[in-house]
Amino acid sequence: MENKEQLYTVSIYTENNIGLLNRISAIFQRRHINIESINTSASEIEDVSRWTILVKMTEVQIKKIIGQIEKQVEVIKAFYHTEDETIYQESCLFKIKSDLLFEERQIQNIIKDSNARIVTVNKEYFVLEKSGRRSEVDLLYRELSAFGILQFNRSGRIAVTKDAMEITKMLAALNS
Amino acid sequence: MKEQTATQTAPSATTTERMSGAEAIIKCFLAEGVDTVFGYPGGAIMPLYDKFYGYQDQLKHILTRHEQGATHAAQGYARISNKVGVAIATSGPGATNLITGLADAMIDSTPLICVTGQVGSHLLGTDAFQETDIVGISTPVTKWNTQITKAADIPTVFAKAFYIAQSGRPGPVLIDITKDAQFEEFDFAYAKCNSIRSYVPVPETTQGSIEAAAKAINEAKKPLIVWGQGVVLGEAEEELLAVIEKGGIPAAWTILGASAVPTSHELNVGMVGMHGNYAPNLLTNECDVLIAIGMRFDDRVTGDLSRYAKQAKIIHFEIDPAEVSKNVHADIPVLGDSKKTLAALLPLLEEKTYPEWRQQFADLYQVELDKVINDDMNPKTEGLTMAEVIQQINKKSASKAAIVTDVGQHQMVACRYADFKQTRSNITSGGLGTMGFALPAAIGAKMAAPDRQVVAVIGDGGYQMTIQELGTIFQTKVPVKIVVLNNEYLGMVRQWQQLFFDKRYASTEMINPDFIKIAEGYNIKAKLVTDRKDLASAVEEMMKCDEAYFLEVRVEKEGNVFPMIPTGAAVSEIRLE
Ligand SMILES: Cc1ncc(C[n+]2csc(CCOP(=O)(O)OP(=O)(O)O)c2C)c(N)n1
Repeated sequence: MENKEQLYTVSIYTENNIGLLNRISAIFQRRHINIESINTSASEIEDVSRWTILVKMTEVQIKKIIGQIEKQVEVIKAFYHTEDETIYQESCLFKIKSDLLFEERQIQNIIKDSNARIVTVNKEYFVLEKSGRRSEVDLLYRELSAFGILQFNRSGRIAVTKDAMEITKMLAALNS
Repeated sequence: MKEQTATQTAPSATTTERMSGAEAIIKCFLAEGVDTVFGYPGGAIMPLYDKFYGYQDQLKHILTRHEQGATHAAQGYARISNKVGVAIATSGPGATNLITGLADAMIDSTPLICVTGQVGSHLLGTDAFQETDIVGISTPVTKWNTQITKAADIPTVFAKAFYIAQSGRPGPVLIDITKDAQFEEFDFAYAKCNSIRSYVPVPETTQGSIEAAAKAINEAKKPLIVWGQGVVLGEAEEELLAVIEKGGIPAAWTILGASAVPTSHELNVGMVGMHGNYAPNLLTNECDVLIAIGMRFDDRVTGDLSRYAKQAKIIHFEIDPAEVSKNVHADIPVLGDSKKTLAALLPLLEEKTYPEWRQQFADLYQVELDKVINDDMNPKTEGLTMAEVIQQINKKSASKAAIVTDVGQHQMVACRYADFKQTRSNITSGGLGTMGFALPAAIGAKMAAPDRQVVAVIGDGGYQMTIQELGTIFQTKVPVKIVVLNNEYLGMVRQWQQLFFDKRYASTEMINPDFIKIAEGYNIKAKLVTDRKDLASAVEEMMKCDEAYFLEVRVEKEGNVFPMIPTGAAVSEIRLE
């Protein structure tokens, strides 16, 4: 089990400082580990950033990587989780020619069935937004590509865990 | 940057004083107890240099001949004194010249602060003259680094930098400062930093881990301690000795752990690793409990990991949680500061002696003595050996000298044969193996510990990598002793070529200049020894001299260092010839 490769979601709480992206990505790079996706944004705590990194590796490897990440001065805490332990989504945008929306009946059905949302429409193109699991996004991509996609962009995974991550408590303890 | 949220400082100093950023840097140094800095000026750091001029009586600036020399000197200073070493350089080429020293300090956990000048903030990112992204370049080789563009950030950033460099597992920090921030005036007040909310320098020790360690040690039939530099950095020498003596446990050291326990102590069984001693390497694969203290299972120590101490239960005393089970799985990790964890272990230890187990060490030592040590120390050949030179240094310094070694055969020989009596007597580049380290490091060491004899032992190859620092010695009159063991080869590489590449000595022979003339050109007293009969008196003259002294000893051209664990072999496959 420990030596089987699988997808892990790495969550990192950090100070919001310049240069940390370099330090953290280098930890993966040195070991030749490809980052599947990376997302960083504000977290539930003021001034604290939350990173979500998706990587494929063994549990033995990920444990060591977490140790190296936590060692960085500005990292507050790092966790790793399996797929079952998280609730996750990614988001994507499709830009498609406007004529298709009106001329292709099928497209309207696809939009409805996939729960995608129309963000904007003008004479030349319209933009669809879809959030969901990778498989749902991929399915929509396949369906729409039959008609032609002008532009496509997908975000990194964002995730929350089923269990609590007691960062606020930890910070309170550190501050006291 | 959000320094305020990241740093909790002691109640801030009440008085403020208006001054430039450059002057504030000096005030920060003084507030942190810095008395000596090493560096090299240039355009982007000139405002700071201008301020040095006015503070010469409080803060010594040593002009090295190369910025790499400044970092190694600062390292030597830090290693012998347990204080932070400081190196300063200008932007661009000055800054990039610091990288080797930073990488060396990073891997050997040396507390260092490097300050680099940077182009004006309005020029950042424009490929301006002498602009490099030194924060980006130095990221992988610093414990922490940052750039300052506003004078007002100087006190908090410096306070944080000093705290990070010397707390927990120490390491190098780089601070890049734009030229305009050095000129800018602001109201200066300094408060030391003693915590950062995201940073836990010393992990918590659990009583359970200490008890588990004590139980495993008490139940052991063949325990072996291997200690590393963590003991020296944690100033846990006394605690280690007490554990060794009460537990009656044979104890070996990694190259950076050398001198923490006197060499001649009866339970000190020697060095582990590629050119370590026969007994501790061989018996690593026979002990039933391996107690690793402040060491990180470097591959030069473990040889083939898949065949390293597989039979043993591993106890790992370590301050850096990322080191635990990184290379070798720890059955019982004991996190924390070695000074405290060893002290907590002591009362739980039973008094033991293990006569049979210790006899095994004694027997194997005898084998090494017969096959290697006797020939090294009392050679029958005409050529001088490196070991007999080290033996003379031991004798003529009463084993009190701090020995600073460069990298190569002489390094291994010096560490094997130096008779250390006092801790912090071994200063060498362990993890990076940086040729050129010793000469500048010796300068820094002697400046930090003027009362100690400091002897640099260097190969003819490594000497020429930073030979320009003779200029620093000449100008500062720092009385270091320099011993070059000249075999006219890049000896260590030549040895590998002999053993593993069919004696094809590709680019390892060195046609050397007249080293004596070079030393004399710098006004440094110098002597050449080519004959055994002159060795003892020459070393004595050097040790008695109260000025800097250069001694060149022509040693056997094709001498080899044994024992040796070939790359990829197990520690128990150590070869004696
Ligand atoms: C900067 C650097 N370059 C290359 C090496 C590889 N290297 C390791 S030992 C060695 C030979 C050292 O020769 P010398 O300084 O003459 O010492 P000796 O081995 O002869 O004692 C070399 C080239 C190194 N360690 N550091």
